[in-house]
Amino acid sequence: MLGTKSGLVELSVGDCAIVTELDPTLHPLVARRLADLGFAPGTQIEVLRRAPLGDPVIYRICGYEIALRSAQTKFINVELKS
Amino acid sequence: MSGQHCEPSGRSTTDTRGLDRFALVGNPNSGKSTLFNSLSGLRAKTGNYPGVTVAKYEGRARLADDFVVLEDLPGTYSLDAISPDEHVVVDVLEANGEISATPDGVIVVVDATTLRRSLTLLAQVLQRGLPTCVALTFTDDLQRRGGRIDIHALTNALGVSVVAVTPGDRGQVTNLKQTLARWRDWPAPVIAPPTDAAETAAWASSVLAAANYVEPDSDARTSRIDAVLLHPVWGTAVFFAVMFAFFQTIFVVAAPIQGWIEGIFAWLGEAAAQLISIDWLASFVGEALIGGVGGVLVFLPQIALLFILIALLEGSGYLARAAFLMDRVMAKAGLEGRAFVALLSSVACAIPGIMATRSLPSARDRLATMMAAPLVTCSARLPVYILLIGLLVGPDERYGPVNLRGLILFAMYVIGAVAAMSAAAVASKISRAGGRLLPFYMEIPPYQVPRARSVVAAVWSAVGAFVKKVSSIILTTTIILWLLLNFPQHTDAEMQAHGVDTSSEVAVSSYALDNSFAASIGKAVEPVFEPLGFDWRINIGLVSSLAAREVFVATLGQVAAAENPEEPALALSQMKVLDGPNEGEPLFSPATIAALLMFFAFALQCMSTVGVLRRETGSWRWPAIAFGYMFALAWVAAFIANRVVGAFG
Repeated sequence: MLGTKSGLVELSVGDCAIVTELDPTLHPLVARRLADLGFAPGTQIEVLRRAPLGDPVIYRICGYEIALRSAQTKFINVELKS
Repeated sequence: MSGQHCEPSGRSTTDTRGLDRFALVGNPNSGKSTLFNSLSGLRAKTGNYPGVTVAKYEGRARLADDFVVLEDLPGTYSLDAISPDEHVVVDVLEANGEISATPDGVIVVVDATTLRRSLTLLAQVLQRGLPTCVALTFTDDLQRRGGRIDIHALTNALGVSVVAVTPGDRGQVTNLKQTLARWRDWPAPVIAPPTDAAETAAWASSVLAAANYVEPDSDARTSRIDAVLLHPVWGTAVFFAVMFAFFQTIFVVAAPIQGWIEGIFAWLGEAAAQLISIDWLASFVGEALIGGVGGVLVFLPQIALLFILIALLEGSGYLARAAFLMDRVMAKAGLEGRAFVALLSSVACAIPGIMATRSLPSARDRLATMMAAPLVTCSARLPVYILLIGLLVGPDERYGPVNLRGLILFAMYVIGAVAAMSAAAVASKISRAGGRLLPFYMEIPPYQVPRARSVVAAVWSAVGAFVKKVSSIILTTTIILWLLLNFPQHTDAEMQAHGVDTSSEVAVSSYALDNSFAASIGKAVEPVFEPLGFDWRINIGLVSSLAAREVFVATLGQVAAAENPEEPALALSQMKVLDGPNEGEPLFSPATIAALLMFFAFALQCMSTVGVLRRETGSWRWPAIAFGYMFALAWVAAFIANRVVGAFG
């Protein structure tokens, strides 16, 4: 569904979304690092593929690919795009 | 993992005082080290930051008429440092850093294909206020993948010099050098970029818009390859196939080259025996130098091949994929994917592996990984394994289509990996020190054809480190052993009194060996090792291999050469148990070899590793714990192997 807000962790492979916010309960250093990696509000993100055992997941953001664990992605809120 | 060095330190011999200094800062994979090599012409010197052991790469680059010093800093995504290696970058850029002189200028290496992310790091560097210029890499990739950038507009938007540079392109490298020469006139931004995360993102967006930046499409080739290599089923199958082929290659490809080198040493041995008329000198050259040190040097092809294969896996981008595939398994052991990279580095040598833990933010993860790294099968174990496996099965024995020697070697690597993972899991459970949970993230770079130059550089430094190790620590231990094996001297009368037939050369050398100082030491520790099926000759090999594992090969080579100087290899396989209930049976029975393989798989026989553990943890406590637990593991595993194989054999 377009415009649905959810955690990045809940998206499936192939989904595209916009980062809305980083969970305020996230440790400030972790939040800062995720922002420095490109996970800032307004950034587009695409779910590329999942590891064989389900975790981690590779995302495409800011023109590059990065693997994150669900331990982090559950703190990244997004809005589903297409 | 680039630039493995078994010896962690090596001070710069060139005087660099008084020269202008430039620090290279950039994201991991930004092409920073390639650019560094290109500027310094691979004349890099490695050293260490005092107090910490992140490898420091320093090199000299020749500008128009003067030399400058370049410093290659660890790759980082942010100056809000969370791991020890990132703290080094922050410290270097600080005006009065504690551990390093402040550079005159900073070169920020920016990957044009990931410009938005790179700009956040650039913003943080610019806030430091040092003279800064930007080296823009991978502009060719950007264009190939449908992206676009206006470099002139980017220069204006940033307010600092931007030089596009492809490391292989001489014209562009020269261009960058000319820019470096003018560092005193570098423009500085009128207003420093904002510090707040959201404001930095907005600043980056405005810069990108001003530079007409079009983000590149995803790399089509990489997507196609990853569809297979990261496929849940095929990807896993390929991963194991790659690892398996890795070890088959080491045996199958290196064997003939090793044969030639052995031939050269055999010829040298004969020549030495004929040409040297002084008895003791002939024995020293034949046994200690050719039998001992030469016995280790013959494994050079395997070492070189191991590093070629690692460099290919790393340079192509597959290593990051392997870490991705294995991350869940690492998580089970309480570790993260970067710890996998550190453990994989340990396949070369535990020392770079232990040093690679500096990229781990959590102190607990670091300690757990450091305790586990020495269990990973390192290249120093390779000669020992190859020698022992060679005694166990013939060169052409097969299990189906698979070379049996390669199969056993693969199994030894699996044992090492499982042991390391288990040790890490236990260590991270026990040690709850400083358990701040920091994020795990790992960039998955596009595939690249590995650069021949990087592969050659990696192999060259590994081969150099091996030869250096052989010519220092192994040579020294071998000479001490030769003395211990050949003294005290015995007179004919003394030997005849003990019933030795002094006309038989074999009987004389056997008596001398059995009554040497080395034999006394080997026999003194016999109570510890006897249950494992080892006799004093193996014991002396084990004791001496505490310095470095390869010394075991050198020691057996010496003992064998002393028993039968003509054909040491034959002497080794025909060695008999000298006393006890199994007297007269082959010493290297399958049970003994199995026990030895297990012992070497687990024991911490490497003084360099102990030293690095001491330095990295700051006390003798952790190296002592590592040595103790690994010795206990080794003894128990060897005992079980001896009994199980003995029961079947």
